[in-house]
Amino acid sequence: MNQTATAPASESINSGLQPGADPMLPVPYIIQKTRRELRDTFTLELTPALNSDQPFHFAPGQFTMLYAFGYGEVPISISGDPANPGTLIHTIREVGAITRALGRLKRGASVGVRGPFGVGWPVTAAEGSDVVILAGGLGLAPLRPAIYQILAQRARYGNVCIYYGARSPADILFLQQLQRWRGRFDITVEVTVDRAPADWSGRVGVVTQLLTRASSQSGFDPVHTIALVCGPEVMMRFCASALNEQGVGDERIYLSVERNMKCALGFCGHCQFGPGFVCKDGPVYRLDQIKPLLTIREL
Amino acid sequence: MKPEGLEHLLKEHPLFDQINPDYLAIIAGCAANERFNAGATIFREGSPADKFYLIRHGAVALEIHIPGREPLIIDTLHEGDILGWSWLVPPYQWFLDARAVQLCRMVSLDATCLRSKMENDHALGYELYRRFMPVAAKRLQAGRLQLIDMYAQPSERA
Repeated sequence: MNQTATAPASESINSGLQPGADPMLPVPYIIQKTRRELRDTFTLELTPALNSDQPFHFAPGQFTMLYAFGYGEVPISISGDPANPGTLIHTIREVGAITRALGRLKRGASVGVRGPFGVGWPVTAAEGSDVVILAGGLGLAPLRPAIYQILAQRARYGNVCIYYGARSPADILFLQQLQRWRGRFDITVEVTVDRAPADWSGRVGVVTQLLTRASSQSGFDPVHTIALVCGPEVMMRFCASALNEQGVGDERIYLSVERNMKCALGFCGHCQFGPGFVCKDGPVYRLDQIKPLLTIREL
Repeated sequence: MKPEGLEHLLKEHPLFDQINPDYLAIIAGCAANERFNAGATIFREGSPADKFYLIRHGAVALEIHIPGREPLIIDTLHEGDILGWSWLVPPYQWFLDARAVQLCRMVSLDATCLRSKMENDHALGYELYRRFMPVAAKRLQAGRLQLIDMYAQPSERA
């Protein structure tokens, strides 16, 4: 096991852009498949409209700007497998006019894609460490590419633990995939919901409680753990505190921050976060680099 | 089971980590082994909180009963967890229903017995309060996090 105390940097694909692409110009993609994941959440599988064999390379945790023609653009994390760059996969929650418009699109419809953008999870750099993945709600989607990559190279990591929290049993994202991962003998997968009807036989409670209980059962070694956390910001704040309580230092905790991204290139300033921009310097940050910013309420 | 056997079980539990052996012997005098089959009710809201439990195996659902609606599970407790802290706080009544989700094996502690011993020995009382406060605080914090409904869409939040 890697004994180094220095935490790795987050990762991105070079410039974050496809070679030769104008970063402001959406590239047309065709919807090959749509899948309703939850009542308000769906997944789109896309391939390029022009060069259908053009791979879309990305690092886990990166995002694209997805254009619903006639409505506008939204930043969406990539939720597919980085080892399968032939299909670009996004899992999207309907929260506004653009995401609802995307949700109405059928197979064969076109969307525009810019990217990938931003800094992703330190998946390669975490090799040799235990990995704790803490996801809440839709936060599992941006972490799924990291999980794919880690599981594809499982022997390179120590203990791998996935802890997932959802609002209720009906809100568990990627349920079948979680069940498959849970069936493996080489990772720990625990799921909890905030509330449940009486016929639910799984765990109920907040996701931070999973962490407290897990570490007492030696699920991971806090000193040699890299934690990847994604979910609502309040959940990430409390998860970070819970990780700290278990002995995981800020320099080993990574969060994916969500802000109002527009240009995705660090020009427009909409996603300014302290001295930087989430679209360019994030969305994945090491906690010790942004901790003071998380407590400034105006940010 | 003899008190020595129960004392051993108690000693292994994090709640009593490094506790004075004399206190452990006193506490073991109030302890018993209990088993609940899956689906069994362990206690009901409003009934006397005359025990608390250390879960050795199994899972327990804490439920709130809402007239006209299905019971709602608001927490589950598992191996190593402590079930119940209402026994420490007047009027010593359970605030929720507790139901075994799976076959549960637990060590129960007689609250009347323990409260009497705590009253007679305030140092023991302090020791137990000191160990229970973090448990109660963690449950309270978790309950508050659940209350904010953090995964809900903004329009769905109360």
